[in-house]
Amino acid sequence: MKVLCGIGGSDDSFRALDRTVERAAVASDDLTIAVVDNEDSSVSPDEVVERAEAAVEEAAIDAEVRRVEGDPGSRLVDIAETEGFEEIVLGGGHTSPMGKITIGSIAEFVLLNAKTSVTLVR
Amino acid sequence: MSDRGYPDAVADEFPPPPTAFTDREDRRIEVRPYEGDPAARESLVEMYDAFDPADRAQGIPPGGEERIREWLDAILADDCYNVIAWCDDAAAGHATLVPDGDAYELAIFVHQEYQRAGIGTHLIRGLLGHGQANGVEKVWLTVERWNRAAVSLYKKIGFETSDAESFELEMGLRLRADGETAAEGDASATPDESDADE
Repeated sequence: MKVLCGIGGSDDSFRALDRTVERAAVASDDLTIAVVDNEDSSVSPDEVVERAEAAVEEAAIDAEVRRVEGDPGSRLVDIAETEGFEEIVLGGGHTSPMGKITIGSIAEFVLLNAKTSVTLVR
Repeated sequence: MSDRGYPDAVADEFPPPPTAFTDREDRRIEVRPYEGDPAARESLVEMYDAFDPADRAQGIPPGGEERIREWLDAILADDCYNVIAWCDDAAAGHATLVPDGDAYELAIFVHQEYQRAGIGTHLIRGLLGHGQANGVEKVWLTVERWNRAAVSLYKKIGFETSDAESFELEMGLRLRADGETAAEGDASATPDESDADE
């Protein structure tokens, strides 16, 4: 399957990265990892790219790591549509001190606007 | 988390627990702080184990006893404030304040059997009174926007919407002016009858 994994440096996005890379290794997915701007993230995009490349290398899979600038939600939806992706994978949300899950604005936009299936990784 | 918004105005004084009242089903209900009693904790485990999954909010309470215990370990910790609504020996409802930086996150749950009887209003007022008595300044919460009963309860208490741009509404309440020390307040409890149990 042709999979687009969008990550911006939040904890849940790294969980999504690890899980998607793991799955790609066994399912032979055609995986692209898009490193997007997430203003809520404390990790710089360059560091996120490095972590993504390290994960891909460790899993010994052939996946592209791409830096995507601009509005993250609309860029992901646009890339998925124009390049024929079948699925978008994102982090599954932030957990509050109480244990409540809140879905970030990127995931919310993608969920409502994508034509592909969207997977939120918990 | 990002900066949260709170009303400028300080909320009313809420009555610190223990408080007692008769609910709309004629049941005697007592609201008491949780102070580390293992038996009270077991009553909460029992309440949440029997909780209708349809009443879960944003993943809590979790399902299954093991996850419930793990979650309770976190929110019944010493730096949290908890109150329980008791009907005899059974926990009918539970409300909690969990520290988050200089503020506290609030959640409240009333067991299905005890909903729509006015318990939620007494429970949240008791929790906020408990928080106020212990110097809590700011409280925030998130609530699913379709949960009108809960939203109207929070509004009636004095919560104001601070973020309406997500699936969930974020609301804030100021219990004390910044830096104000705990002072004696003349807590006038006005028991109001609400249908707004979460």
